[in-house]
Amino acid sequence: MKPLAAVGRAALALLAVIGRVALFAASSLSHLVRPPFYFREFGHALLTIGWFSLPVVGLTTLFTGGALALQIYSGGSRFNAEAVVPSIVAIGMVRELGPVLTGLMVAGRVAAAIAAEIGTMRVTEQIDALATLSTNPMKYLTVPRVLAATLALPVLAAVGDAIGIMGGYLVGVTRLDFNAAAYMTNTIDFLETGDVVSGLVKAAVFGFIVALMGCYHGMNSGRGARGVGRATTNAVVSASILILASNYLLTELFFSA
Amino acid sequence: MIEVRGLFKRFGANEVLRGVDVTVPKGQSLVVIGGSGTGKSILLKCILGLERPDAGTIRVAGEDARRSDREAYLARFGMLFQGGALFDSMPVWQNVAFRLMRGRGRLKRAEARSVAVDKLRRVGLGPEVADLYPAELSGGMQKRVGLARAIAAEPDIIFFDEPTTGLDPIMAGVINDLIREIVVEMGATAVTITHDMSSVRAIADRVAMLHAGKVRWEGPVDEVDSAPDPYLRQFVEGSADGPIPAVR
Repeated sequence: MKPLAAVGRAALALLAVIGRVALFAASSLSHLVRPPFYFREFGHALLTIGWFSLPVVGLTTLFTGGALALQIYSGGSRFNAEAVVPSIVAIGMVRELGPVLTGLMVAGRVAAAIAAEIGTMRVTEQIDALATLSTNPMKYLTVPRVLAATLALPVLAAVGDAIGIMGGYLVGVTRLDFNAAAYMTNTIDFLETGDVVSGLVKAAVFGFIVALMGCYHGMNSGRGARGVGRATTNAVVSASILILASNYLLTELFFSA
Repeated sequence: MIEVRGLFKRFGANEVLRGVDVTVPKGQSLVVIGGSGTGKSILLKCILGLERPDAGTIRVAGEDARRSDREAYLARFGMLFQGGALFDSMPVWQNVAFRLMRGRGRLKRAEARSVAVDKLRRVGLGPEVADLYPAELSGGMQKRVGLARAIAAEPDIIFFDEPTTGLDPIMAGVINDLIREIVVEMGATAVTITHDMSSVRAIADRVAMLHAGKVRWEGPVDEVDSAPDPYLRQFVEGSADGPIPAVR
């Protein structure tokens, strides 16, 4: 019976975590629509999450776009389909790689930073201090970050899409001898509004997940350096897994029909 | 002013508070002493509403802590945290003026800064400190800034959690004197947690000793040295021999 009990305990623990995260998400959403609003903190979060993530997102998508063009060209040449490179790079970047890579890179950069910052505030009693100064830590720390990440990620993903397509274009034109004008025409002709919108919606969901995981693990950080370190790791790992899982669910939702 | 009755609080199997009864009249300074892990900080956190007690009542100025408007309730309090708990992302003056710039009746930025500089001066820090960040300050200066933040909104009640921990004896004496002066000057009700008997003698009107989750002894500060209670005697004398186990 011992193995069964262990499985049961693990299942109950997992359900308890899911419940706590769901309550945390509900609480942050409910605070989102109730004053007071901390515009200065929101602006700062927008700058940190959005603007300062641009280089990492840009570089990641640039190289991925280039590699994608090479892969599609190499694979497509097996059945004389080299010409699909521009359209597949565009659709692949906009629907899938742009938002997912943006989400994962921001998860690594931002979820870790949020969890470390809030976790340190937790262990140094700064969060208790906030509460004694009549400031709700949920409103002051979580809401601005969650809102900023939810709004910033679609913009980052859009920039990432453009840079990724440009990476494919550069490789296509310089290495694979595509005609520059034909490459651009193919890219534009094959992209539909739905492709772009679905990618941006995905990115918004990923942004929500990244900030939520950072804040949740930071707020529930254990004591000491070890506790903060574990919170940081858990934030990145859980955000990355949830991004990939929700990406599948959203893809089912948008494209299964 | 503060009336705590039958307060219970447990964390899992660990029953930290087992029926604490404490009364602090208006304008009086109570110092709570006791060994590590006896629930002193939890008592303060329960009064502030940072921890939810399992049982018991807390009344502040006759008002039930659980039923009062949270913002108005907390506006009565100022707190100096053990490690200062200064917000390291903002300069000193914004730390001090944090409450003044938020909530009901908030001040304009320039006005709040002027009050913050004034409070910093009150705790012995010059205006040049206002624009520094907490990480640029020594431990003693951080305590002073924490004290300035605690008194910035002129609260009726001030809590001090281990105000002299980590400070050298001279700086500890300076902080003790400052706390006493400010509490008397403001006519505030004060509750201090400490292990430091020099703080007890400098700050307290009355002393309560927590042991095993209950108030073991309570009385005026003058009686601390002559009280026959063996637990209090052991604590005051800092002896390993006595009813309180040295290894806990």
